[in-house]
Amino acid sequence: MAVEDSRREWPGASLARVPYWVYQDEANYRAELRQIFEGPTWSYVCLESDVAKPGDYRTTFVGEMPIVVVRGPDGAIHAFENRCAHRGALIALDDGGNTGHHFQCVYHAWTYDLEGQLVGIAFEKGSNGRGGMPPSFCKAEHGPRRLRTATLHGLVFASLSPEAPPLEAYLGDEVLGRVGRVLRRPLRVMGRFVQALPNNWKLYVENVKDTYHASLLHAFFGTFRITRLTQGGGVLVSADGGHHASTTIARADDAVNTAYREQGIRSEKSEYRLADPSLLDAVDEFGDGIQLQILTVFPGFVLQQISNSLAVRQVLPKGPSAMELHWTYLGFADDPDEMRRRRLKQSNLVGPAGYVSMEDGCVGGFVQRGVAAAGAALSVVNMGGEGAESQDTRATEASVRGFWKAYRRYMGQ
Amino acid sequence: MTGLIERVSRLNADYARAIDDDRLERWPEFFTDPCLYKITSADNYRRGFEAGLVYADSRGMLQDRVAALREANIYERQAYRHLVGLPAVSGGDGGAVRAETPFLVVRVMRDGTMDLFATGRYVDIMVDEGGTLRFRERLVVCDSSRVDTLLAIPL
Repeated sequence: MAVEDSRREWPGASLARVPYWVYQDEANYRAELRQIFEGPTWSYVCLESDVAKPGDYRTTFVGEMPIVVVRGPDGAIHAFENRCAHRGALIALDDGGNTGHHFQCVYHAWTYDLEGQLVGIAFEKGSNGRGGMPPSFCKAEHGPRRLRTATLHGLVFASLSPEAPPLEAYLGDEVLGRVGRVLRRPLRVMGRFVQALPNNWKLYVENVKDTYHASLLHAFFGTFRITRLTQGGGVLVSADGGHHASTTIARADDAVNTAYREQGIRSEKSEYRLADPSLLDAVDEFGDGIQLQILTVFPGFVLQQISNSLAVRQVLPKGPSAMELHWTYLGFADDPDEMRRRRLKQSNLVGPAGYVSMEDGCVGGFVQRGVAAAGAALSVVNMGGEGAESQDTRATEASVRGFWKAYRRYMGQ
Repeated sequence: MTGLIERVSRLNADYARAIDDDRLERWPEFFTDPCLYKITSADNYRRGFEAGLVYADSRGMLQDRVAALREANIYERQAYRHLVGLPAVSGGDGGAVRAETPFLVVRVMRDGTMDLFATGRYVDIMVDEGGTLRFRERLVVCDSSRVDTLLAIPL
């Protein structure tokens, strides 16, 4: 949806008002890909275990840029743009596998080593003394763009920019600690699914950061006392605003939590009980009473702990009004059977059919459609004030404002 | 064998009609208790990844799924049209019947949008309970791992 340049402006410095053209404008979207995803940020790209052995690779995206992530012979993880230096075709065509010692483009058989360096050109010297590449052609000067990689508790991140700070510094100590709190043992993949969402990528990221909506939109939560705004917990926002971790602690006490009923909020249906409550048979596996922790890393990574359901989610933009959410359901490699079964049951809570996440699949589309004719109008992001600092309540939109604080800095807006 | 194919086909037809006619409360009755109902994809199935989009190992969990759809979850009004193919039936162990049946599901949204929402195969184990054939296990193995928007109604 085209929006004229003259309308592409912010109403002021406030983080509590967001114009709707940011979810619609094609030129702004292209600028996001360059300045955010291909800019000085870190994107989650795969698990370390996806590329366990030399030659193991996985293909994915940073923004819309296709990339290959591969384990080199020396054990280092490399990442490069999945684009042949010759005519631009994809170098690797599958989701992953083992490529041996090199990659070869199918189009004209140009060959790359595991660092993404162009090492071979078919018929480089021509045939029978005729044709071939000019002698001046230097293979070392041609090759796909290479990305920096960094690993963190079994996750692999990549950045195209030499200016991105080291990953640990990018996250900051507090968020770093929150990642380590969950990912403390070797991981095991339990499932992978992709969810295609009919909305701008930022609407999903905001939704994940929005602690205010959780128990209001997701009635399942409220009904079974999994989380309430009136419970303990809060939201941690990184200093730059871009990353967050929200937590819920302990169980709601029915006697004191009458706020929902008094306000006539839909998610309150006290008569509703599970026929098989084994779904909610959760254990405090990290020993700190934190029942739920949702963590984001700017721009598009989510680490989820909802009871014993663990997952990472990768946000991939697919144009101004579409995106994909790549879910990887996780357990630990040493999970006993009982914990494995518990995670399988609790996986009902999350994903495209999740009791407390299916609404997130459609609500971004409701906004995208709702604002179709309102590019210059403003959304209100005022819960908990105007700031983007950590707060010890979840009835706040502080981490959503944090997102916009970081976003506007990267975009120069 | 012909009789068996007919029985399995009738079960599949009743199952699909219950869902497509929005008689979801009937859906758990097609299963034994305990049971296994799981929606997964061919890729996850092949790799042995156990987690499903929906995972239920008791009739109670199936009832809870229906109750949540009716009472708690929010999604735009929609319906399915299942087309279920012929089952490839084989006798299983201990009187159980095994079958694999292809399916195709069109999702019809409230505004009239119709999409091919899912294709795949049912990988089933059925048992006779007092003359009624029921699913002891129904794995819904979708051909694609990609779901458009959300999956609310069971497949």
